[in-house]
This record gives sequence, C-alpha cells and structure tokens, in this order.
Amino acid sequence: MDPFSPIQSLVDWLVFGVLHLAKTSPLGSALDFFLFDSTKIVLLLVIIILGVSLLRTFLPPEKVRASLAKMPRFLAHVSAAALGIVTPFCSCSAVPLFLGFVESGVPLGVTFSFLVASPMINEVALVMLLGLFGWQVALLYIGSGLVVAILAGLVLGKLKVEKLLQEFVLKNLNHGVRQQALLKMSWGDRWSYAVNYVLEILGKVWLWVLIGVGIGAWIHGYVPTDFLAQWASKDKWYAVPLAVLIGIPLYSNAAGVLPLVGALTEKGVSMGTALAFMMAVTALSFPEFMILRKVMKVRLLLVFAGVVGIGIIITGYLFNAVLP
Amino acid sequence: MTIQIVGSGCSNCARLEASARKAVADLGIEAKIEKVTDFMEIAAMGVMSTPALAINGNLKSSGRVLNAAQVADLIKVEL
Repeated sequence: MDPFSPIQSLVDWLVFGVLHLAKTSPLGSALDFFLFDSTKIVLLLVIIILGVSLLRTFLPPEKVRASLAKMPRFLAHVSAAALGIVTPFCSCSAVPLFLGFVESGVPLGVTFSFLVASPMINEVALVMLLGLFGWQVALLYIGSGLVVAILAGLVLGKLKVEKLLQEFVLKNLNHGVRQQALLKMSWGDRWSYAVNYVLEILGKVWLWVLIGVGIGAWIHGYVPTDFLAQWASKDKWYAVPLAVLIGIPLYSNAAGVLPLVGALTEKGVSMGTALAFMMAVTALSFPEFMILRKVMKVRLLLVFAGVVGIGIIITGYLFNAVLP
Repeated sequence: MTIQIVGSGCSNCARLEASARKAVADLGIEAKIEKVTDFMEIAAMGVMSTPALAINGNLKSSGRVLNAAQVADLIKVEL
C-alpha cells in the first residue's frame, strides 16, 4: 500500500468535497496536486534528512580519511563516493575537507570521487525524486550518481593532475594528519544534531519547494500533455546535452527545480534527460567552482567539470536507452 | 586563555561564537575569543569540518555547533 494514500484521501476530500471543485477541472487538478505534493515532500524531507544526518554523526570525515588512505584503490573510490552521499556539500567546508583528505594520504583520484558525489547526490534532490517519481527513480539517481563519481575519480586519478593543484596544496600532499578533535557524541547529541540540521534545511528550502511544486501544479493542470515532447523526447539527440547546459546555472535551487522537472516529464520530457538535468543542477555549479578555485588551477577545474559533465551526459543517454 | 572559532563565517560559526561568549561569561573568566576564517589557516589547524573550536591552540571540537554548557565543559578542562 502507498503510505501516502491517507494524505491523498485527505487532500481529495478537501479539494473535491469541501471546496466542490470538479476532478477534471484544471483548477481542481492543480490544487489537488499542489497540496498533496507539498505535504508529501515536506514529510519526506523530515524523515530522510533526519536519517541521513543521524548516520552522518557516525562517519566524521576525520575518522573516515584514515581508512580511505589505507584501502585498496578501487574500494577507496567506492567508499569515498558513498561517503559523499551522507556528507552535504557546503561551501564553507569544501576546501578544508579537500585539504584534509589529500594531506592525510588519501589519493587525489579518491578525493575527487568524494568531491563529485558530495554535491551531486544531494539529500534534498533525493527526497524530491522519491516524492515525485517513486523509489525506483530515486535508487537510479543514487546508483548512477555513485557510478559517475567513482568513474570520474578513477579517470582524474589516472590523468595525474597533481601538478594542476595550487602550490600550497602540493606542499601539503601526504603531509600527514595534523591535530584532530573528535568529541564523543551521546545519542542525545546525535539527535539534537540531526533535528537542528533538518530545521536548517527546511528553513532554507521550504519556499523553493512551494514555488517549485506550485509551478509544477500549474503545468500539471494547464499545460497539455506531450507539449514538450516535440523538443525533448528521447529520439532527440541534443536533449541530454542541452538539459545539462541549462542545469549548470540553476545550482542552488534543486528543491525548486525538481518539482518542475517532475511536471515536465509528465509532458513528454524523457526520464534520462530529466535525470541528467538534475545531476547537472546539483553537481556542476559556479559557486562550487569559485570555492574549488582556491585549491585547483583553472585548467584542473575545467578538466574536472568536463569529466563530470561527460559522465552525466552518458548517464542521461543510457537511461533514455534502457528506460521505457 | 584564547578561544578560537574556526570556520569561514557561515551562520553556524556565528552560533558557536555566541555559545563560546556565553560560556566565558557564565564561568566568569578572562578569555580572548577570536575567529579563524582564512581557509589556509583553517586547514593548517587540521580542521576538516566547520565550525570548529580550539582552546589555547588545541582543537577541541569540529563540525558541531556546541551549546554554552558544552563549551564551558571544554574550557574547564583547560583551566
């Protein structure tokens, strides 16, 4: 049974029963969509972000890097990418994290696997996918994000890009771990961390969720089905790269962009194209590049963006080919 | 005593700083509270997750916004 069906019944009752809107009317259908989707997404945000941030308290990067440096190379790429899922990408900690990894002897390619996965597999995007498309698409998003992150890290590791790091980073490569602080956390500490983090994220995204779901609801009710198919169906070769290009400048608004994408797929945009778009929104962003500029030379940033971009485009084509 | 709030100026750093100021006031001790915002200095201190807290140059906590009581506990150890 769909765990959200009670909410759907409640919303249906409110829109069609109390407000007496016809089920077939654009306004009724759009309002029903808006109320149900926004409630569902806020609930999912609370549950999933609470879970992820609790998990995070067990995996501080200071603790994880020692194991990453010792693991067999391929396993280290996989673990670094998986660690990226639970670690949020924050502009304030990206540089210290990067330096903390490379100085303790984590190979550069492995660090890149982490650096790709951390922003790309974003918990807010995950919730939106789960809420709007179901768990299969959400799993696909995690899985393909991991694969892109692992492969991008492997490729960048092979390219021997060390000389394209900024000078002071080079000096610190394999420097050895400096002092680190790990306070013991009680369960109370973990819960209070997780609850605070949920509130922080909700405070940041609630407006975007409402705006995004609102636009999505409008499209749902008013734009004819297949309206976009003429430009973005899967037989159009340029749809995926175009989606990635459009996604790059939309960085900070994953929460607002995703409901929109959800509605677009209903109107004929194929799933692979939509997934590529979302990955570009979360993984490739100008503010992130500005921050990473402090540790990498411009050429390395371009190589980094290129490898990740190509990975995303291939993923998009692949899903368009295998998904119905 | 010197208390350093380490982090590049995000809202969490401001909250940690407020906790530290309150802890110092509650304990009634003399302490200099300074902010470390330069990312090279942050890295040089060995901090990977911000905000972090150091007392007399020793890193005490990182990646967490401690409350005043928690900071006070850390300060007492150094007194």
